[in-house]
Amino acid sequence: MTLELIAIYATIVFLIIGAIFTFVAAIGLLKLNDSMTRLHAPTKAATVGIGAFLLASMAHAYALGEPSFHELLILAFLFVTAPISANFIAKVNIHKRACEALPVPAEDEMWSTLDVPPGEEARAKPQTGA
Amino acid sequence: MTRLLHWLFPHPLLTVIMTIVWVMLQNDVSAGMVVFGVILGIIIPRITAVWWPDRPQGFRAGKMLSYCLIVIYDIIVANIQVAWIILTKSNAQLQPAWVEVPLDLRTPEAITLLAGTITLTPGTVSADLSNEGRSLLVHALDAPDPQAVCDEIKQRYEARLKEIFQ
Repeated sequence: MTLELIAIYATIVFLIIGAIFTFVAAIGLLKLNDSMTRLHAPTKAATVGIGAFLLASMAHAYALGEPSFHELLILAFLFVTAPISANFIAKVNIHKRACEALPVPAEDEMWSTLDVPPGEEARAKPQTGA
Repeated sequence: MTRLLHWLFPHPLLTVIMTIVWVMLQNDVSAGMVVFGVILGIIIPRITAVWWPDRPQGFRAGKMLSYCLIVIYDIIVANIQVAWIILTKSNAQLQPAWVEVPLDLRTPEAITLLAGTITLTPGTVSADLSNEGRSLLVHALDAPDPQAVCDEIKQRYEARLKEIFQ
């Protein structure tokens, strides 16, 4: 069994793993019915699902005889940026009150997303019926 | 001499990272690319040094590496757990909860890393920080016991980050 053959099998395995996790994330996005819980599904697909696809790409490049390391870089940038988009979606949910009531912080006065200057209060209020 | 070195490398770790990223971007490990990467790694931290006057000093790279490995392992394990929850539990059985994590960390860099780690590990998303930065708001997908989630975050991640940013 040569290394190239192992690389081809690794490509297949990683593609299947990636497909399964992306599929589960899509199911989660459809099934979950609350905007905060729905946020959990795609952020997870971005980690293991895409990670497995990128590993498959690396294994395939190795099987073709031209090793490539771009994918590790893509993975690193993805891991750095994915939490930021998730955090912004969560902040939008908090602003629109599209989630359960927040607990009161134990040590500080309030959560920073809701900490708006008094004049801005009217604009920050949820618009009913929107 | 040390002042010259400090002027050349205001942020030695960033120099190393820039070099590695450049070589990986080129997909070509040759002497020319490494030299060019080192040149970039000296110029860019030098130019951007004014923007981090208060960066944390005692950063332990070795501990950071083991932390990364733990996080990757957790991401894989927790991903399988969350996939299982999504496929088998109905919406009514799911118990989403807000979890408040009181923070012992104070440096913004460490808190950012902790929040990013919490979001990357499936099942939890960090949503907000309190206005004085002393506690973190985390949303858990399925947490019958919110206190256990809080304890796990504090012991598994925050304790290690505290050692990294000493």
